[in-house]
Amino acid sequence: MSQVDTAPVDEAPTVAVGRYQQAGGFLTALITTLLAFLVGGLVVVATTGRNPLPVYRGIFDGTGLTWLIHPLVDVRTIGGTHDLYRTEADAVAVAAISLQQTLILTTTLILTGLAVAFAFRAGLFNIGGQGQYLIGIMVAVGIGTSFAGMPRGLHVLLGLVCAALAGALWAGIAGLMRATVGAHEVITTIMLNWIAYWIASYAFSLGGPLQSDTQTSVPISNDVVDSAKLHVLWGGLQGLHIGFLLALGALAAFWALINRSTLGFGMRAVGHNPEAARYGGISVGRSYFLAMAIAGGFAGLAGAVDLLGWQHRYGVSDVQGAELGFVGIAVALLGRNTAFGILCSSLLFGALLTGANTRNLDPSIFDPELAGNLTLIIQGLVVLFVGADLLVISIWRARRRLPLPRRRPREVRA
Amino acid sequence: MSVASVAERATVRFDVAKAAGIVAIALGALAFWVTLPPLTVRTQAVPITLGLAGIASGLWSWRHGHVRLGWTGVMIAFLGIIVGLFAMQAAVGNLEVVITWSALTAATLRFATPLIFAAIGGLFSERSGVVNIGLEGMMLMGAFFGIYGADVTDSWWLGILIGMGAGAALAFVHAVFSIHLRADQIVSGTAINFLALGLTGYLFIDLYGTEGTGEVPAVPDVHLDFLGRIPPEGLGNFLERAFGQLNLMIWLALLTVVLAYIVIFRTTLGLRIRSVGEHPRAADTVGISVYGVRYLAVTTSGALAALGGVYLSIGFVHSFTENMTAGRGFIALAALIFGKWRPFGVLGAALLFGFASAVAPRLENVESWATYGTLFQTLPYLLTLIAVAGLIGRSIPPAAIGRPYEKQ
Repeated sequence: MSQVDTAPVDEAPTVAVGRYQQAGGFLTALITTLLAFLVGGLVVVATTGRNPLPVYRGIFDGTGLTWLIHPLVDVRTIGGTHDLYRTEADAVAVAAISLQQTLILTTTLILTGLAVAFAFRAGLFNIGGQGQYLIGIMVAVGIGTSFAGMPRGLHVLLGLVCAALAGALWAGIAGLMRATVGAHEVITTIMLNWIAYWIASYAFSLGGPLQSDTQTSVPISNDVVDSAKLHVLWGGLQGLHIGFLLALGALAAFWALINRSTLGFGMRAVGHNPEAARYGGISVGRSYFLAMAIAGGFAGLAGAVDLLGWQHRYGVSDVQGAELGFVGIAVALLGRNTAFGILCSSLLFGALLTGANTRNLDPSIFDPELAGNLTLIIQGLVVLFVGADLLVISIWRARRRLPLPRRRPREVRA
Repeated sequence: MSVASVAERATVRFDVAKAAGIVAIALGALAFWVTLPPLTVRTQAVPITLGLAGIASGLWSWRHGHVRLGWTGVMIAFLGIIVGLFAMQAAVGNLEVVITWSALTAATLRFATPLIFAAIGGLFSERSGVVNIGLEGMMLMGAFFGIYGADVTDSWWLGILIGMGAGAALAFVHAVFSIHLRADQIVSGTAINFLALGLTGYLFIDLYGTEGTGEVPAVPDVHLDFLGRIPPEGLGNFLERAFGQLNLMIWLALLTVVLAYIVIFRTTLGLRIRSVGEHPRAADTVGISVYGVRYLAVTTSGALAALGGVYLSIGFVHSFTENMTAGRGFIALAALIFGKWRPFGVLGAALLFGFASAVAPRLENVESWATYGTLFQTLPYLLTLIAVAGLIGRSIPPAAIGRPYEKQ
């Protein structure tokens, strides 16, 4: 009688499968991004008839990421900008400033991305990041332009905390409505976005409550007083500020809250299956409200960090041009709502937005205004492809062709 | 048991409690309305009495089974008193600046039309079971391609067709991702909105640059001069000012509502759409192509939503600006929910939101409120928020909505 026995294996299949799943996650995100850029490139070709590769190269040059390897290689070679900068030092200096701008945007995008991701974990789609961001800005302006005599640490803390609370309250409205009457948060947060937009427009307009006392004919706010400004880590005017470290801290807090706390566990349970969670004793309504509130807190914090970190004043034109709350949606989705994923995707989008900026992109390569809309198209494509399972399924099927340690049944001769 | 007695037992009795709730709402609205021109009642007793009667009626309805309706009646009656008293504080001159009913009616219809088109489009899509968050993007596509098409072909009706085509094309993308690739429909819809915003902005700057669209053939107005000759003169004047100069597309929108009702509830196709939305497995068993019907419904919704955008660009504003839809697609979605996925309900909801949009700029004209002018722009969004909060009963969507269907 022969018995089928299993030989000892190098690693348990579950570990290997888990590794492939994770790799699949990152791989999928990478493929999604490449696909989005590819289609974006097709749009460029179709509309302007130009080769998109120099365009992407120009955008990449504007991101400042080349500064990270500037001791090893001439920055101008990568960016193709030998005719633009006479010396390498010039190019390196410009790249440094660009990198600071990229990291500043990354800071904001981490926070607005967390605003979307945190709610997503509880099964809620928070598209209200933009409105929560504006509410945070308004509160930060209110606090940052007043209380000139306060000690610096306290002033900054007050501004950040109050802005986060305001954002949390604003998002909490949508969370409350979802928890009590079941109003879908997609519609309520979008309505709240527009309400915040018009409140902010009113606040900074001529005669509005937050409008400047000195420049009475310009719809802009007062300047933030020095005691409320965030400390600058690197660079001069509008350099990289400690908000960047704050954002990294927020990422860690997000991870800890979601994966290591009871609250986070409850939210994840509700996100997977609200009915089962309710059966298990978790209050679904409370989870919905808290998820939205904390998510809004991240977005409100983003507003305060931007204002106290580098903008230092806000006007009606800034309200109209603000978009980082919306980019946060793409950041969160591409980052699969995980801390590491958001770190990577916020860097990607921060770089993309900086590189396509009017200040950084050479108009002869591509019209910067067009580039701005191109990034919007790429964002849309990313969100579109992320939503489709097909990519994941096709990659998952590909794993069968990859070597996976198998349990080898061995016949034992009796 | 005879057929007649069964029918008799099945007949719904006249629900007095429900009627009382509706009466409460009506009294609350009346309490406010009497303080406005042309009645402009200034005695406080009138709106207070009407309102109290409304509250009483609402409470009665509440006690007799209709909790939500009764509560809504009480709140609207209460609000009616408050707003009525508030309106009485304003100078009559100010009130007349804001409330000229004929102009307001025309403005309401103008603001409601894009909402009607988009919401009816959403109706088709959602009745077949596919959530369409991308109405905003499809509307924007229609707005741009409508004006671009009219500019290139130098005809407004070709512009309309091209706009519809663009909306349908974008909707087709949404359909492929939501139906075949089984993506999350809300994420897919959001992506569509981003895409439309980026694409229209990109093409607008690429093709028109900084000068803007310039002279473009516009959809003509329909002049109904005979309305002015209807006796008595006051009525005739009102009718002419309200309905005599409306754009062709406004009438088209009203026609669309009627057509939607007929198609959805009186044709086989409508039955198929509804069955696919309620129970796709059963529909598939009977031989209805679930994918096919859903593709048709979603593409149609794109074309209709685009019509709303086309009206905005070549019927209303006569130009294009980036992101000119400004959230109207989402208000249309709210109108769809508020109207309980029925064409005439949607029409009513769209008119309500259109009314809010119409009143907002008029409130800005009142001098004492001029500084708050920008804040009044929040009115339609605020109203949508309150409506979606489900004050008027629970909205029950099609049963299979939002869930991708897997053929077996």
